[in-house]
Amino acid sequence: MGVTGSPTDIHQSTASRTRGGIGASTPRPDGTLKVTGEFAYSSDMWHEDMLWGHTLRSTLAHAEIVSIDVSEALAQAGVHAVLTYDDLPTATRHYGLEIRDTPVLAEGRVRHHGEPVALVAADHPETARRAAAKIKVEYRELPLVTDEASATAPDAPVLHENRTDEHHRYVEHPNILHRQPIVRGDASAAAERADVIVRGEYHFGMQDQAFLGPESGLAVPAEDGGVDLYVATQWLHADLGQIAPVLGLPEEQVRMTLSGVGGAFGGREDLSMQIHACLLALHTGRPVKMVYNRFESFFGHVHRHPAKLWYEHGATKDGRLTHLKCRIVLDGGAYASSSPAVVGNASSLSVGPYAVDDVDIEAVALYTNNPPCGAMRGFGAVQACFAYEAQMDKLAAALSMDPVEFRRLNAMSQGTLLPTGQAVDSPAPVAELLRRVKAMPMPPEQQWLSAGSSGQEADVRDLPGGLSNTSHGEGVVRGVGYAVGIKNVGFSEGFDDYSTARVRMEVVAGEPVATVHTAMAEVGQGGVTVHAQIARTELGVDRVTIHPADTTVGSAGSSSASRQTYVTGGAIRHACEHVRERVLELGRTKLGSYHPAWATAELLLEGGKVVTESGEVLADLVDVLEEEAVEVELEWRHRPTEPFDRHTGQGRGHVQYAFAAHRAVVEVDTELGLVKVVELACAQDVGKALNPLSVLGQIQGGTTQGLGIAVMEEILVDPKTAKVRNPSFTDYLIPTILDTPTIPVDVLELADAHAPYGLRGVGEAPTLSSTPAVLAAVRAATGLELNRVPVRPEHLTGT
Amino acid sequence: MDFLRPASWEDALAAKAAHPTAVPIAGGTDVMVEINFDHRRPEYLLDLNRIGELREWEVGQDSVNLGASVPYTQIMDHLRAELPGLALAAHTVGSPQIRNRGSVGGNLGAASPAGDSHPALLSAGAEVEAQSVRGTRMIPVEEFYTGVKRNALEPDELIRAVHIKKADGPQQFSKVGTRNAMVIAVCAFGIALHPDTRTVKTGIGSAAPTPVRARAAEDFLNAALDEGGFWESGKIITPSIAKQFAELASGACNPIDDVRGTAKYRRHAVGIMARRTLGWTWEQYRGTGPALLEGAA
Amino acid sequence: MRVNFTVNGRPQEADDVWEGESLLYVLRERMGLPGSKNACEQGECGSCTVRLDGVPVCACLVAAGQVEGREVVTVEGLADYAQHRSSEHPGGACGSASGSCGTSLDSAQRWQAQPTGDDGRLAPIQQAFIDAGAVQCGFCTPGLLVAADEMLERNPSPSDADIREALSGNLCRCTGYEKILDAVRLAAARQVSQTEQEETV
Repeated sequence: MGVTGSPTDIHQSTASRTRGGIGASTPRPDGTLKVTGEFAYSSDMWHEDMLWGHTLRSTLAHAEIVSIDVSEALAQAGVHAVLTYDDLPTATRHYGLEIRDTPVLAEGRVRHHGEPVALVAADHPETARRAAAKIKVEYRELPLVTDEASATAPDAPVLHENRTDEHHRYVEHPNILHRQPIVRGDASAAAERADVIVRGEYHFGMQDQAFLGPESGLAVPAEDGGVDLYVATQWLHADLGQIAPVLGLPEEQVRMTLSGVGGAFGGREDLSMQIHACLLALHTGRPVKMVYNRFESFFGHVHRHPAKLWYEHGATKDGRLTHLKCRIVLDGGAYASSSPAVVGNASSLSVGPYAVDDVDIEAVALYTNNPPCGAMRGFGAVQACFAYEAQMDKLAAALSMDPVEFRRLNAMSQGTLLPTGQAVDSPAPVAELLRRVKAMPMPPEQQWLSAGSSGQEADVRDLPGGLSNTSHGEGVVRGVGYAVGIKNVGFSEGFDDYSTARVRMEVVAGEPVATVHTAMAEVGQGGVTVHAQIARTELGVDRVTIHPADTTVGSAGSSSASRQTYVTGGAIRHACEHVRERVLELGRTKLGSYHPAWATAELLLEGGKVVTESGEVLADLVDVLEEEAVEVELEWRHRPTEPFDRHTGQGRGHVQYAFAAHRAVVEVDTELGLVKVVELACAQDVGKALNPLSVLGQIQGGTTQGLGIAVMEEILVDPKTAKVRNPSFTDYLIPTILDTPTIPVDVLELADAHAPYGLRGVGEAPTLSSTPAVLAAVRAATGLELNRVPVRPEHLTGT
Repeated sequence: MDFLRPASWEDALAAKAAHPTAVPIAGGTDVMVEINFDHRRPEYLLDLNRIGELREWEVGQDSVNLGASVPYTQIMDHLRAELPGLALAAHTVGSPQIRNRGSVGGNLGAASPAGDSHPALLSAGAEVEAQSVRGTRMIPVEEFYTGVKRNALEPDELIRAVHIKKADGPQQFSKVGTRNAMVIAVCAFGIALHPDTRTVKTGIGSAAPTPVRARAAEDFLNAALDEGGFWESGKIITPSIAKQFAELASGACNPIDDVRGTAKYRRHAVGIMARRTLGWTWEQYRGTGPALLEGAA
Repeated sequence: MRVNFTVNGRPQEADDVWEGESLLYVLRERMGLPGSKNACEQGECGSCTVRLDGVPVCACLVAAGQVEGREVVTVEGLADYAQHRSSEHPGGACGSASGSCGTSLDSAQRWQAQPTGDDGRLAPIQQAFIDAGAVQCGFCTPGLLVAADEMLERNPSPSDADIREALSGNLCRCTGYEKILDAVRLAAARQVSQTEQEETV
């Protein structure tokens, strides 16, 4: 087909027949390709006669498009196509994860800065850029909606007229995208019992996923009129369901293959260049490659919702929480994305991992002219955790109690009811995680000092400011802070959350080989590693082949919500069990007469053989299978959930929970307001660590993203123009290796009896508690209230 | 766009004379960002990488003649004794990869108020050697910065070298950024003690439209040190002098609010850095202070 | 314009290069070497780190025309580059008092990369990244490998602070850097133990 970088099977054998199953730290099957530079990411795709696609984006946040003149752009040499809304091939011209409110190309109006307006295909990226610059777009500016007050004003411009989505009937204003109240018990009556009441208003900044691999891919037109699309995404089938109708093609004619994904963290749940590249390819009849640069990437995907959170907690003198009242306002920006799910998480988990019977909770997401916001690691639960953990420290201070002991006293446990009335039906070791993280040894004081030739020497690399040489110890105060959080695992609120696995077993070159084919998006998390491990454990083989993820197999659901090892892992396990039964059936048919155990005993597949529970070998798999291949494809789903009641928020909305606790040790230059995080210790319950090394990588990576929003990361949007002010890695800062401390991890494995192998989703929980732990430590060092993240030097110095 | 590749300095000057709009490119650490992000489409790019002498330096009696393209890494590795302030500043530039390519000449050419070299050059004392086919000019660094990202070069001129006074006393450089590496200055401060002339010079970065010296602070401090006989006695500078110096340094700022910080914070931080760096250099001068792995002159 | 230079020991020529193209673009799109990654194109992430005449630089900030006649090593050539160095300086350490040995231009010019992965041979730093779990999405990995390999060439026994400083120009969004530190420590330890073995022999 001429595509360079098309994904191929990944084969992995382990050194020993007894290793490489679940529980082992098996190396990544794609590791060698990734360290040699041969692993083909979506931006590495190449086709010999390909064109380059480019997107023209709006320069204003809210405007009517009076006219678009593409004639000069089209006339430029080397330009093969210029497309606008008017060129879209069918009546379906919008897409969206939950609500199809996002125009493929702007339809007479732009609702946020950087919205796609036109597309260019040309023979070189520079040709495409120059042509795009020649497209004349005449805008008429419209009034902006940028916050709750301007969005819900009686005369506010309505961002989406004539809404038909399932939420619009329950909101008071069309610019409120979704509202979820949760009421249980009587919060006002309970407040009467409180000896102390603390209140706070908290602000969470807009965070970017900042995955390193930019949005990119290659669309190749096919002879049957369809298109082959190689792309980096989190969920192939959700993409497909949005792409095909816009192209006017049946889904069978849009063949998607997952290219290498350079990180995701929620930012690839929504479509970016997928439809655009396909449109250009189908229009020109040529393969089209699109690659965003970092500037465009900041406009190419949704961000974490910025939030304002108002919290009131009460507690009795002996340290028992009495009630919670809270209101959480999430800025969803111009389009819905996954805002409804973010509202669901923020509201249902707003109380945190604590037992509180009387609650009055409201969470809303707004439509505004700010950048669209959606999924990012820990969505909804992250913002709430920052607020409730700040409240816990305030309460402990008001009661003169130790903040960890206060948390432990109120910690939820198995059986505790969530605000939604749902009982937590698996271990909830919140108090234990706090105990463990507190018990970890503390890093030494003044670790920047070491004995030198002329007395003590300071290494500025270990001080706030680092190599910038701002302090040699002056003004530096240490602080320690704690936090704990709860995140739901899997898709909630009645979503049919399933995955599909196709597992095949056959003899190749004299050895039994298992092939695992799913549509799971490997985004770096190591799903492919645990898939091979599960196949080894269940089928007793050494060699496993991981088939590229594509749409020729059923949906795997999204690589998000910490769900893939649970759900696709569960599907693979289930498919393997069926394959095993079929293999044993084959064995009984062929060899059953040679040994009575075939008929009676519980049989296992181990080390390439069929063995009895007592370890007696009945047959080699090679002899059982011979020339036959056994293949099973099936869907597997976790226990069903149900939607939250629209008015009371009650309902069995979640299926599983992940818990993590952090202790942050920071050093703050209190005069300059610079923070050095010295250590971020974490304790997390993972149920069962299928791959301990990968688990550590997830916890340390998630912890670091939490550190980022605590002290440096924020997309700044100008409130006067709703334009993004810092769309680059020069001014959107993510932690470097010099900003990231040691992250000791204590992993607890308390099985969730409802989940495969007892495992819990791992990826998101560490992102929750990391941020409030750092803030608590900075508060401890400075004595300041600090009710917003990221905390900036200005906030620490009163400037 | 045309790519000009002069093989010699004379050819480069001739090319610049023939094409005054040509944008010189050496390390590329500023120019290529602008090209990659479509912020700039110069008619000509004038590559200076082939001119070896721009990457050479010469340590003279009083000053270092630093070729315009000498990478920061070389300054850190080889000129720490002669140019301690600049070596400290060089160490805060971008990343190791950037320091392997970026140079003081590039910093001067870009003339960003946030350029890390500027406070060190201002406090040490330096002259920019500008050349054209018409001849050579020596421009005192204070006069080189003429506005935000504007400098005193004529359209046909190129920077041949920077002549920087060799340290005759302790020097320090501090920079505030909101990350511990790879960060553009929110604000920066350089200080150099000149025991030979019994003067102190300073430089402020990223807190005014151009890099500036805190002249009122210098004048105050020079007078106070003189009157108190501090240079002779080497006694500790009194807190009130340090405080006044810091306040005057803050007062020399004329900053703005931007995505990297507020004007108020910049003034505040420059004052703190002025007080601290004065303390560090004075301790070094007195010869009693703790040595510092990174801060040692 | 036309640009001639050497990549991983092989002479390469690119034609019809637009003057604004970066070395990174030429490697990725014209030479079939997409291993150097395009994460930021502004020198703020290090994922495109290559060695230009032995020196680690961001390929995105080198204009294509500036590499005329010069030597470039990318992640695709790293295994052979390390192999060559190992045979030049057994054990990886060069033993010079200054602690800086590098690879001379002359030496670099005599070396030529074998086709990648023919015999599955990896550079020690590549193997260490796999073994230590330092690879997740892998997009930062090529740049980190080139930077880390060059640091170990200069400084065979780095402290943690040295490793952090040397890698401070390479962003990683997945790992939190802990396993990357482990990988570099592992590669350094293996290098030392290999040197000791060779000395014993």
